[in-house]
Amino acid sequence: MVPAPFDVLAKRQDTEDTWTLELQPRSGEPFEFAPGQFTMLSAGGAGEVPMSISGDPDEPQRLVHTVHSLGLATQAVCEAEPGQVLSVRGPFGRPWPLEAIEGADVVIAAGGLGLPPVRPAILRMLAHRERYGRLVLLYSARSPEQVLFPDELTAWSERGLEVLVTVDSAGPEWRGHVGVVTRLIRPAKLETGILVAMSCGPEVMMRFVLAALADDGVRSDRMYVSMERNMQCGIGLCGHCQLGPKLLCRDGPVCRWSEIAPWLSVREL
Amino acid sequence: MRMIDELIAATPTFAGLEPAHLELLAGCGRNEHVAAGELLMREGEAADRFFLIRRGLVALEVDAPGRGAMQIQTLHEGEVVGWSWLFAPFRWAVDGRAVESCGLIAFDGACLRGKCEDDHELGYQLMRRFAAVVIDRLQGTRLQLLDLYGRAPASA
Amino acid sequence: MTGVHVIERGDFDGLLAALARRSYTIVGPTVRDRAIVYDEITSAEDLPIGWTDEQDGGYYRLRRRDDEALFGYAVGPQSWKQYQLPANVKLWRARVDQDGGLSEVTEPPRESPRLAFLGARSCELHAIGMLDRVLLGGAHPDPADSARTEDVFIIAVQCAQAGGTCFCVSMNTGPVAERGFDLALTEILNGAMHHFVVEVGSERGADVLEEVPHREAADVDRNAAKAVHAQTASQMGRELDTTDIKGLLYRNYEHPRWDEVAERCLTCGNCTMVCPTCFCTTVEDVTDLEGEHVERHQRWDSCFTIDYSHIHGGAVRPSPRSRYRQWMTHKLASWWDQFGTSGCVGCGRCITWCPVGIDLTEEARAIRDSEERPDAND
Repeated sequence: MVPAPFDVLAKRQDTEDTWTLELQPRSGEPFEFAPGQFTMLSAGGAGEVPMSISGDPDEPQRLVHTVHSLGLATQAVCEAEPGQVLSVRGPFGRPWPLEAIEGADVVIAAGGLGLPPVRPAILRMLAHRERYGRLVLLYSARSPEQVLFPDELTAWSERGLEVLVTVDSAGPEWRGHVGVVTRLIRPAKLETGILVAMSCGPEVMMRFVLAALADDGVRSDRMYVSMERNMQCGIGLCGHCQLGPKLLCRDGPVCRWSEIAPWLSVREL
Repeated sequence: MRMIDELIAATPTFAGLEPAHLELLAGCGRNEHVAAGELLMREGEAADRFFLIRRGLVALEVDAPGRGAMQIQTLHEGEVVGWSWLFAPFRWAVDGRAVESCGLIAFDGACLRGKCEDDHELGYQLMRRFAAVVIDRLQGTRLQLLDLYGRAPASA
Repeated sequence: MTGVHVIERGDFDGLLAALARRSYTIVGPTVRDRAIVYDEITSAEDLPIGWTDEQDGGYYRLRRRDDEALFGYAVGPQSWKQYQLPANVKLWRARVDQDGGLSEVTEPPRESPRLAFLGARSCELHAIGMLDRVLLGGAHPDPADSARTEDVFIIAVQCAQAGGTCFCVSMNTGPVAERGFDLALTEILNGAMHHFVVEVGSERGADVLEEVPHREAADVDRNAAKAVHAQTASQMGRELDTTDIKGLLYRNYEHPRWDEVAERCLTCGNCTMVCPTCFCTTVEDVTDLEGEHVERHQRWDSCFTIDYSHIHGGAVRPSPRSRYRQWMTHKLASWWDQFGTSGCVGCGRCITWCPVGIDLTEEARAIRDSEERPDAND
């Protein structure tokens, strides 16, 4: 339970309340992780929070986190500057099944802060582009100003990821889609027979987009989600992250939709 | 270039219309092009037309002083634009702007309205299909209203 | 040496002396604050001699017996959990540097005092095993637990009477302890006769027994012990039908019974504190006023608190209904999926120590009955 020190190398503000921090392990040992895993992150004793890793899994000498400043602990993390130190435990959790889905067309539906947790998966799949069929990203954000990693979205589309972006509302300068992410499914012209779906974002968003994909014929055992509940220990001992029979720090956060969906229909489970 | 009736028949919204109705619909439609940035319709104007997008992107907008034109939803290839032609008070509720240059089929809504009055079977078939469009747009709008990506409310 | 032997009441202290000579700190039952609690004991005189407990939903009283039995009670509010998973553990302490890093990290020494548990009941042995599975059986063993129960010397006691809220028979966890002990005692009190039938459960148990005056048990002794066991089994205060209980509860998440129990439940969390298998903890970082030092603590937590299920936006389980449902379905149903056993040992503490007497056997029965007779009134 003793965290390891990571030096803050760089920091970039993404939106009004979201920052991306690039960290380096003080020990010099590479921080190996699988896309979809998370760490328990803290700044100087202000409390730990579970944080999805958003960096490149093929660059383990760097640990990257995109953090939304929402409470005391995340605020303290977001206030860290290059030269300062953050404390890290991990990596923990079940990752995206990137090997198991090789050969398939993959559609990734990400909403809001659901994009950072799928970024490592996108980078890994693009690094092995030939192992997958079509790669499609359906990404939705609140407004054009809240779109994360805009330059990377362009770069990824040049490397073979089809990127469709929509926002909930926009001013006149926005030249893209406006509306919920489910409305991107038709324009993406997906062939649902060989499709695998990965989704990350607010739970309501995941329910609706996966329901829409299911209506179009995607099987629920070929859909994967990243689930979120209150995580404290990250190692399956404190009980907080329970969702029905699952302990999400251990049996998740990535879950097969067919296994988790029935539990999500029970209110306040 | 495809015939208008072929295009209509291939559009999901109009699938299943009997040939006579398809022909009637096609007869009320004609090809149009709209340049990027041009308005298709304005809020408050008489809604005597509706459109089918052959290619391009159309944004529904509401203009507010101090905030400018706010886009509330975009419609893409294969979708119909406009149901106000079929329901009183037959007035556009929003502005419609071509985000990119668009190829459209523009339909004479006023004329079709008259035909629906004469042929209730046609009226029923069109009402049914446009109701489905409204439902689909409403469901999307409800999710937008939830503002799922907005700043979370402060906890108690 | 294996097998079954007999120790006379007069020689009982010899057992404790043998443990003390091996540097064991003996923890056993004692009367304090009008309850039978676990504390360090040094002689038989510290035990609740001549006391018994009366238990029912929301009710616990000690009452004088008309004999001098050492173990003539069921279970008190505490369990051995406090030794496996202490209520507040300091995991580490560190300095917070100017750059936000932690230095001078010190972890408190893992003191493993040689503990001997005296008086552990069969249900409690099962609970100890369950907690070990939860805390040590995963990919990341509990940093605060590790060796706490590994070297504990356990003298079990076979219950001579069932408590008012006991249902170990339903849960297959008693009343007879069959393994997990070094020695197991059945107290036999009959007129002038007062002795203990002792079953040896391990080599070190045999070694300890060697140092205490004892004789081999005769058939009459074994039969007397068996009779005690059988009588206890017949006296259970409660019953729980565990047939497909996981399926039963998984099918009934929206049962109206949850609304009904929610009207009574205070979400006080007593049940989670007294339960010998509830293991939830919270991990907290505590700083001093200057923010110069930080300590990470692991404390008992309860799924009944509003903060327990907090994610950004609010609690996933804001209502008492959802929180009671979470506790009961975890204990009886999803524990199976998570750890391969039931989470309940039938000790009845949750029923006794609930201020409003909520009884999970009654709640389960109500839900099961409504499935079997759907047109009967609630």
